[in-house]
Amino acid sequence: MAKRIDVSDLDIYYSKFLAVEGVTFSVEPRTVTAFIGPSGCGKSTVLRTLNRMHEVIPGAYVNGKVLLDGENIYDSDVDPVNVRRTIGMVFQRPNPFPTMSIYDNVIAGIKLERTKGVKRDRASMDAVVEKSLRGANLWEEVKDRLSRPGSGLSGGQQQRLCIARAIAVEPQVLLMDEPCSALDPISTLAIEDLIEDLKERYTIVIVTHNMQQAARVSSTTAFFNLAGIGQPGRMVEMGPTAKIFSTPTEKATEDYVSGRFG
Amino acid sequence: MSNTATENEHDPLIPHGHQQTGRVGDRIFRGFASGAGIFVLVIMGAIGAFLIWKSIPSLQADSTNFFTTTEWFPDDNPAVFGIAALLFGTVISATIAMVLAVPVGIGIALFIAFYAPRPVASTLAFITDLLAAVPSIIFGLWGLAVLMPNMQGTAQWLNDYLGWIPIFDNTLGIYSKSLFIAGVVLAIMVLPTVSAVTREVFIQVPSEHVEGALALGATRWEMVRMAVFPFSLPGMISAAMLGLGRALGETIAVALILSAAFTINWHITEPGGNSFAANIALKWNEAGPIGLSALIASGLVLFLITLVVNMLARWIVSRRKDFSGAN
Amino acid sequence: MTVISPEPTRSPESRSISESLAGKKLPRWAPLATAVAAVVIGYGIGAAGSIFGLAWFVVAALLFLIGQTAWSFAVEGRRHAIDRLATTLIYTCFIVALAPLLSVLLSVITKGAGVVFTDFPSFFTETMRNVSPRKPGGGVAHAIVGTIEEVAISAVIAVPIGIMAAVYLVEYGRGRMAKWVSFFVDVMTGVPSIVAGLFIYTFWILVLGFDRSGFAAALSLVILMIPVIVRTTEEMLKIVPNDLREASYALGIPKWKTIVRIVLPTALSGIITGVMLAVARVAGETAPLLLTTFLSQSMNWNPFSGPQAALPTFVWDQISNGTDASVARAWGGAFVLILFVMIFYIGARLLARVFAPKAR
Repeated sequence: MAKRIDVSDLDIYYSKFLAVEGVTFSVEPRTVTAFIGPSGCGKSTVLRTLNRMHEVIPGAYVNGKVLLDGENIYDSDVDPVNVRRTIGMVFQRPNPFPTMSIYDNVIAGIKLERTKGVKRDRASMDAVVEKSLRGANLWEEVKDRLSRPGSGLSGGQQQRLCIARAIAVEPQVLLMDEPCSALDPISTLAIEDLIEDLKERYTIVIVTHNMQQAARVSSTTAFFNLAGIGQPGRMVEMGPTAKIFSTPTEKATEDYVSGRFG
Repeated sequence: MSNTATENEHDPLIPHGHQQTGRVGDRIFRGFASGAGIFVLVIMGAIGAFLIWKSIPSLQADSTNFFTTTEWFPDDNPAVFGIAALLFGTVISATIAMVLAVPVGIGIALFIAFYAPRPVASTLAFITDLLAAVPSIIFGLWGLAVLMPNMQGTAQWLNDYLGWIPIFDNTLGIYSKSLFIAGVVLAIMVLPTVSAVTREVFIQVPSEHVEGALALGATRWEMVRMAVFPFSLPGMISAAMLGLGRALGETIAVALILSAAFTINWHITEPGGNSFAANIALKWNEAGPIGLSALIASGLVLFLITLVVNMLARWIVSRRKDFSGAN
Repeated sequence: MTVISPEPTRSPESRSISESLAGKKLPRWAPLATAVAAVVIGYGIGAAGSIFGLAWFVVAALLFLIGQTAWSFAVEGRRHAIDRLATTLIYTCFIVALAPLLSVLLSVITKGAGVVFTDFPSFFTETMRNVSPRKPGGGVAHAIVGTIEEVAISAVIAVPIGIMAAVYLVEYGRGRMAKWVSFFVDVMTGVPSIVAGLFIYTFWILVLGFDRSGFAAALSLVILMIPVIVRTTEEMLKIVPNDLREASYALGIPKWKTIVRIVLPTALSGIITGVMLAVARVAGETAPLLLTTFLSQSMNWNPFSGPQAALPTFVWDQISNGTDASVARAWGGAFVLILFVMIFYIGARLLARVFAPKAR
């Protein structure tokens, strides 16, 4: 079900500007990998290249390979639409579609594909909605108001709705771009619990500013930093979360996790 | 409020703020500014009031029903005139314009906001906006001399192949000076209005929604339908209505193209037709006192129609501000 | 709160589709090939003579649309076929809008420039006095004078009112009154120009008893100018940072001086843009002039008395004459008018682009 990701020698550009240089790493299936590092070092940029959302920005492109179970998602015959379907994404700010109900938000992705053999009748849609909302720990809170607009929920609920929307299409990988940065501590806790559950089934990559959060939810941590002022971002080191936070190899990582800079 | 203002005057620590009205200079300046604002309201009221006042003589003199009569002989005794033919021509030509301009205008706005290569998008927007700068007299001249000869074929084709639809049937075999051609010219004239307003609302669609749709695996068109259209619908409606307002009130291009006739003819590719504005421009200099008053009365109807259309359009947009799009 | 969800199951069909990232795609040359084929077939049909004029081009476009959609449907599937169809239609819309713009500009230049530049500069220095409609000659000197005077007078009246109304909306307007003013400024933008002419005729000529004159025309243009100036000025005043105002208040400068000395100068480039756009809009207006000043064939320097010509009414008059020489003069007048309007319009936009804050 969940797939592994292998990134090799990835250079990421915004037009002529090289934003991130020479990133190489692997993500094991059914693990949570956290990207940490100071602002502007390219964590989110790297994350967005994993499902080809980076190229949505005009002029943005990459050089290098991103393999999903051995298949390069940047191959010329790969359809980015299929990539994004296979690799779901949750954004920094909760973004349920404001004109859609909670129910319609959850099935928004499924409604796009009219695949043979997949039923789209009311009953099977109901089942998908319930399963996804339960998967996002939101079902109990919204089951009585599925036809209400998604924008009426609290911030934390909206973010879990977005997670439900992402997992409703049964992706292989879930990317989370600072999913808790716009939320209060209690909602953050709910999302962190949810990540704990989701990693049973999905490969998860999460960008976070919050080192405690990285320590709590992830098994592997990657530290990103700028190579220098005006230089592109790079991955400094990656390893088991416990090691990164206790005995990192690089001095820069140690300085960052101990709060000496950043 | 005046209380706090006078207190502030004596307290050097409190800077002059928004509510500060104490000084003479401030009071005079504020008076001028408010006066200018109120002047706008006065003008709008005065337009209505003066047009009503000066249309009364003709409405009293009219021996027929002002709304259902198609003829226009206000200076006869007894006066016979009504706006039915004018209303018909105005509405039909504006409808043709809308049918053509709204889809194309939305297409242009989509092109510039989401499809055009980014570096050239603003230049392309500028070029399409240039259409708005062309004076209507020039559109009229162009429509008459350039477009009309080139539209013969299209109108004939409509008659030959779609003639079974009554409005495209042409029993005269003459295809010039018709409501259809006037509608096409109007469509070109309102295109920049529709596309510019629609573009504004498209640009306001939060990028989170656009990216949210793409991240779910939507194609670009599915993204437009999922994230852009629902969010922009009120804005698109009001863009269409602003365009409609322009099309209803356009004078010179229509006056040049139509061969004014006071008939209600559903065969839109045949010569004939008329509109409120065109009729006023064409009849103005041959009108006697009651004739002028009758034209003013028809202008009043036009004013009220465009007023309603524009107010509705603005109301829809202003309602949209409460509509929480950006979470 | 932990909910144990069952392992998601998928039907075998959906698995086979989503497992492979590679989608079947049309080759890169597909659109070009379809286009060439469509043009060839379309032109063939046109050459066979079964359709008129340029319609073969429309046929070719339709063939391209159908051909590409069908091909894409067969290879890439329904969703990509619809996406391609939509993309093609949206590009088409843009081209459809460019066609009339180019045609208008081209015909004004080709038909107008000749008239304007034979015997240069007589077209700019002569009037239509004693010029027969059937013969070439004459010029637009009287119309240029009329247009400049009328537009200048209306600008002198409308600019202060428009700017002050914008100041009211941004700096003072609170509550219901400001809402009404703001709403009616928008509605005023949509007042048809002929209604503005009718209003000035009833108010200035019928009720107050003045004669038709360039000044009356200018008054009707004021009504069309005010909303444009209010809106653009308002936009510019809104983006003047509040820090500037507060810094000025903190120095003890009264509010009105803050507005006059700090806020308005900061927004100056935007206000000038707005005024130029408004001038471009009203300079081309014909309908209100026909009602309030009518036509004139000779020079009238005095805007306060008697009929005065203007460029748009000059064009109107020459078209109405209907003779070849007159229609040629109409194109000449159109050339001068469009030059006049475009200078203001493009100048305004360039100014806005140079000074405006970055917008997408």
